[in-house]
Amino acid sequence: MLLSTRPRQAPTAASTACDSALTVRGGGFGHGRDAVLTGVDLTVRPGEVVAVRGPNGAGKSTLVRGVLGLCDVQAGEVRLFDVPRARFRDWHRVGYVPQRHTVAGGVPVTVRELVSSGRLSRLRAWQRFGEVDRCAVDCALEGVGLAGFDRRLLTELSGGQQRRALLARALAGDPELLLLDEPTAGVDAASQRVLAATLAGLAETGAAVVVVVHELGPLAEVVTRTVTLPGMGAPC
Amino acid sequence: MLSYEFMRLALAAAVLVGLTAPTVGVYLVQRRLSLIGDGLGHVALLGVAVGLVTRSAPVLTALLATVAGAVAVEVLRARRSASADVALAIMFYGGLAGGVVVVTRAPAGTPITLDSYLFGALTTTTRGDLVLFAGMAVVVLAVTIGLGRSLFTVALDEEHARASGLPVLQLNLLLAVVTAVTVTLSMRVLGLLLISGLMVLPAGCAQLVARSFRSSLVIAALIGVTVSVSGTAVSWYADTPSGGTIVLMAVAAYAVLSIARLLRRGSPPPEPGAVPVPVHPARRPDEAALPR
Repeated sequence: MLLSTRPRQAPTAASTACDSALTVRGGGFGHGRDAVLTGVDLTVRPGEVVAVRGPNGAGKSTLVRGVLGLCDVQAGEVRLFDVPRARFRDWHRVGYVPQRHTVAGGVPVTVRELVSSGRLSRLRAWQRFGEVDRCAVDCALEGVGLAGFDRRLLTELSGGQQRRALLARALAGDPELLLLDEPTAGVDAASQRVLAATLAGLAETGAAVVVVVHELGPLAEVVTRTVTLPGMGAPC
Repeated sequence: MLSYEFMRLALAAAVLVGLTAPTVGVYLVQRRLSLIGDGLGHVALLGVAVGLVTRSAPVLTALLATVAGAVAVEVLRARRSASADVALAIMFYGGLAGGVVVVTRAPAGTPITLDSYLFGALTTTTRGDLVLFAGMAVVVLAVTIGLGRSLFTVALDEEHARASGLPVLQLNLLLAVVTAVTVTLSMRVLGLLLISGLMVLPAGCAQLVARSFRSSLVIAALIGVTVSVSGTAVSWYADTPSGGTIVLMAVAAYAVLSIARLLRRGSPPPEPGAVPVPVHPARRPDEAALPR
């Protein structure tokens, strides 16, 4: 598979020294003062594909969003690559596929433009796109089966294809930790198989994957561990 | 027309505004903040009035008021407070009302020319103004083109940009400040009530024909320059106000492009540099990507 044939960027000393990509100890997450999730303990090591499951409202998305800083960490500790979240700066090592089904704005955007935006965290503000970056975008598109679609507008893609484009955006940044929020919801079997193959390939290269799912489906073959959130009945 | 110094200056100012306003507008349209320029125009009026009353340069006082307003808008947005919408209305109409009231306190003998700021007075552009406008245009373009990729990423998906570690608040503040600079730059050419038109309408035109974000930016800027120069020329020959004429040209461009698009609907849309795509594109690449 193409993802693994491309030479990845040489791992830095920091990345090889880590034995945990993500550590949560006694984590509490929520919005403002509203707690959605408490007492979470989770360690994800490089090469693992961890599925996070649980009933609706259990706080699966909140956990992922809390790790990324998109909602509040109210208690406990979150460490990324052994660095406390507050001091973590290497966000280019972390990829994120949001739960949203579609991406659209007021202006036409091509698939390539969307996927390229996932590469930006590896560049400085004024830095131009280089050959390595273009190659990473090509590989990401190929990896999700959208190779011929790069000039298409996002609005011309089906829902499933848009989800794959969002996955490609995360892959373009060469993440060492990939967080996916319900990537299989409302996606056909073919797209789910592409996702499973992509995640397997990524884990082979030593990346850690956390995937929030309701139904495992084809992902069952690639998931190495399942974590179930009990659910507190709190609204998400 | 070109034999008059003031018309040459007016056309040069029109080029600067026509080029810069749409490059800001494209990001505003992408973020669905099309009308923010209009609100900032209201706030700028307070700055103009203060400038007239204190006999200082209205362009500078307007710039200060608009930048302050733009930063306040971004801070309110970032807080996601439920009352942000009303707070914006209070700021915008407070600015407009304040401007109208404050200007009556202008010292006797001041030629009260609020109208020229409300609806534009392109032909009063001086050489000094033009140098100031050019400086402002360079600042705006340096941000909208130079930081285009970052601004685009934030405009496309703010949450993902934040998760990628991009300085989202700083980039939003920068775009807000650049919007404020554009409003001030455009107020003499278009008037505070029409500024938003030249920011947003060319971006709307680009929306109809462009096949990517990058081409939207280029097309919007080209349409912006075209309508502002032709609008200025028409206003000279037809003896109409420049601001209104320019915006009407932009509306006309939008109408023409909409009709052209409707007529083209009959034939399949052309794909520039198109890659041949199978009839059921979703299937085959899948199989190819599967390792087993």
